[in-house]
Amino acid sequence: MGIYWKLIWAYIKIGIFGFGGGYAMLSLVEKAVVSPGWISETMFTDIVAISQMTPGPIGINSATYIGYVAPGSVNPELQGIGWGLLGSCLATLAVVVPSFLLVLYSSHFIRRHSESGVIKAIFAGLRPVVVGLIASAAIMLMNAANFNPNGISWQLWVNVAICAISFCLVYFKFPYKGRKINIHPILIIVIMGIAGYLIYGL
Amino acid sequence: MTQSTNNPVSRANDSYWSLFSTFFKIGAFTFGGGWAMISIIEREIVDKHHWIERNDFLDLLAIAQSLPGILAVNIATAIGDKIRGGKGSIIASLGTILPSFLIILFIAIFLTPDMIKNNKVISSIFMGIRPCVVALIIAPVITSAKSAKLTWKTIWIPFIVALMISLDLGTVSSPILYIVLGGLGGFLLWWLPKRKLDKKGPSGEA
Repeated sequence: MGIYWKLIWAYIKIGIFGFGGGYAMLSLVEKAVVSPGWISETMFTDIVAISQMTPGPIGINSATYIGYVAPGSVNPELQGIGWGLLGSCLATLAVVVPSFLLVLYSSHFIRRHSESGVIKAIFAGLRPVVVGLIASAAIMLMNAANFNPNGISWQLWVNVAICAISFCLVYFKFPYKGRKINIHPILIIVIMGIAGYLIYGL
Repeated sequence: MTQSTNNPVSRANDSYWSLFSTFFKIGAFTFGGGWAMISIIEREIVDKHHWIERNDFLDLLAIAQSLPGILAVNIATAIGDKIRGGKGSIIASLGTILPSFLIILFIAIFLTPDMIKNNKVISSIFMGIRPCVVALIIAPVITSAKSAKLTWKTIWIPFIVALMISLDLGTVSSPILYIVLGGLGGFLLWWLPKRKLDKKGPSGEA
């Protein structure tokens, strides 16, 4: 049962210190759930992919999925839908409740201090840190499990190429019907999933 | 008599329901979270339902942004509280959370880790997706660095933070440490000059 308390505590921390949006939250989530071995590195990446392809905030998606999987992966006795559902509910509530209470009970405090500039100042200090947080999430995902799971060098190069092409597709704008548009990340994931099947699955 | 007492109640239930269904719809149909959701919430709440004025919305958005956690849930809580009190805040945030919770639960039940590992088709698809996901996270590093307006005084911070966290050295690699330091640093830079001015004060002492 200890896993449920750990899960709640991990997601409360993520809820309290999750500044800077979903991508910045990823490094918190990774430290909280991959480091203790609740889920594998590849599974963490898969959850990020699934979160990108489904609606809703990445913080909720990761809490629900990890809450479902973690109990069973730590203790085989806790496999099954019931235990997973319990973990999902607890983790999702844990990530939401701290900020829920803060929104309800600290809005007066924030309104009062927004004039003085102190909140702006704190966020000015947080902004460069958030860039570093997102970068750390990206660096931690650049691991062998994601790029070279089978230790075969041609696969490593193919995966580096997939990463580079994906980056260009998501970062640069492309001309479409006379306008320049961004390609939707979901489309890029679908393309690379098909590529993965064609390269590794046939 | 019965009519006049019934009407407000049914209207109140109506509006709880439409509050829930509106946020449920927002949660169910916005991909990408955060800012994608904000513009849709604004359209639904301010332009379509006229539940609150745009100024109030912007005020609530400022508060939601100043607090940690999931932005979309924060703004849903704030709006629910503003228009329907404590009960409203619970209903609005549950509405936002529930669609992604149910979808992910469904996926988690059917797409188990064993299946991703052992089904040849699915595992090959995910092998292609994983390097792509890394790219999807590298892109916001660059866009957030640009919008953070880093100067020569601050550009070292992201490098140190990213390096320390990814080195995996225990406590000094905790993202929480750097979030606290960043906030504290911003606060001190604001507070220390102010304190000096206060000390010099009108009396001219210190």
